[in-house]
Amino acid sequence: MAKVLMKGNEALAESAMRAGCRFFSGYPITPQSEILEYMSWRMPEYNGECIQTESEVAGINMLFGAAAAGARALTTSSGPGFSLKQEGISYLAADDIPAVIVDVMRIGSGLGDVFQGQGDYWQLTRGGGHGDYRTVVFAPAGVQENADIAYAAFDVAEKYRHPVIIASDAAIGQMAEAVELPERKEHDIGTGGWELKSRKNGEEQRHIVNVYYHMGADRYPTFLLDKYRRMTAEQQRWECLRTADAEIILVAYGISSRVCKQAVKDGRAEGLKLGLIRPITLWPFPSRAFEKSGPQVKGFLSVEMNILGQMTDDIILATGGRYPVKYYGEFANVPDAGVCVERAEAFLREIRGKI
Amino acid sequence: MTELIIAGFGGQGVSVAGFILAEAAMGLGWTVTWFPSYGAEMRGGTANSHVKIADGEIASPYVTKPDYLIILNETSLDKFEKRLKPGGMLVINTSLVRTGRGYRKDIKFARLPATEIAIGFNNAKGANIAMLGAFCAVSRIFEPEYLRNAVDSHFAGKGKHNPKNALCFNAGFESGMVIYEHMQTAEA
Repeated sequence: MAKVLMKGNEALAESAMRAGCRFFSGYPITPQSEILEYMSWRMPEYNGECIQTESEVAGINMLFGAAAAGARALTTSSGPGFSLKQEGISYLAADDIPAVIVDVMRIGSGLGDVFQGQGDYWQLTRGGGHGDYRTVVFAPAGVQENADIAYAAFDVAEKYRHPVIIASDAAIGQMAEAVELPERKEHDIGTGGWELKSRKNGEEQRHIVNVYYHMGADRYPTFLLDKYRRMTAEQQRWECLRTADAEIILVAYGISSRVCKQAVKDGRAEGLKLGLIRPITLWPFPSRAFEKSGPQVKGFLSVEMNILGQMTDDIILATGGRYPVKYYGEFANVPDAGVCVERAEAFLREIRGKI
Repeated sequence: MTELIIAGFGGQGVSVAGFILAEAAMGLGWTVTWFPSYGAEMRGGTANSHVKIADGEIASPYVTKPDYLIILNETSLDKFEKRLKPGGMLVINTSLVRTGRGYRKDIKFARLPATEIAIGFNNAKGANIAMLGAFCAVSRIFEPEYLRNAVDSHFAGKGKHNPKNALCFNAGFESGMVIYEHMQTAEA
């Protein structure tokens, strides 16, 4: 199929529909609005439903209904709107309902601003709503990957009967690149065996019960733990760039990882042995990528668009605290490749000074 | 790798002009990225788009030191002139720059009254297309027929085909060719 030039947000929307998504409910917010806009004219061509809801809360709850009936359903937002969806995501997790939620990240707490950010990392990876859950979180780093992940996310959600989150950012959503879109497929909403639907004459009576009551306090935790163990074992995804001989390994996802690829190239041109681990899943965090780190590695430098260096926690956990970990965080601006190289160089000097 | 920034007033079509260049380059098999300014930008404010064209993978889509600047108004010139690489090419719409404004000494120019050209064809919104014509002449990245068709097919794809765009493109291209030939003579 020929490649087309599309914005990240539009490629995500088109690809979700090609994956069989026939229900979208969402509310506009920059930098996510192109998804809603694209869905509004394109979804009718797929004979699906696109609803601009009265709020983000309505968006996540309408999605709940559609997904409970077995539809491949999507809702999308950013920053403050994504926060409003957390209660609904917690309910999806509690009720074993597969669905896909997108957060096109912007900067800041509260209203923040419309520029690209990666400050939602903790909210995304620790279960942003109440209770005791996590979701698979994908972090695409380009328009093609936005399309590929949107296509695959529904399969992952249905495999575990669990919500899946795609976390892009304003830069990935707004930029355009060539993309090869996947083939259109249809999703049969009645094939899971668990979907809510009317009962035909002669069919067994069906009950909607609280999973916890149904399983009992002894079996329910085991069921949940097994689900999270399987997701952790099966869904870690990452990309490594020149890590085999790297002394400082940059760790970055989304648009920050694009800058880091440039930094690896620039650093190596100056004789600085840089590598990059790019998490493609933020949860489960790709710990396996870190287990392979050779003895030449001196430290890990997390590069993020937030001021607290949120991902450093997971790097420390993944490396068992065996390596120094630092971060270079930007606010509102995309990290700069030159600054990445400078920080890595200073970090290496500091580590060597201590030895 | 070729990196460029197109900037002007919101409403002058700098985003679409950049998008057309990226589409055209993609059509020739190059890797491209296009990044728009957005958010607090509005009609009458400044807008810009960043385009990168390369043989292989493009890391960051942000253009920090462009090879080309395509500038449609003076506010954008003030904002971006300092970013142009030494020896880089500034394509400038003189219709919206004060006469007598000085420019950096270490860069090349293609000056054309793009807004007047567009108004002359009764196609006031076509100044961006005239600028693409001039860029085509001085950059030698695209054959003029190819890029002119890319402009037309972009708008045709949106149901907005406008035959005056080709006229603006050709006039811009001719202005650019005069400058290009002058540069060739100067270098020889």
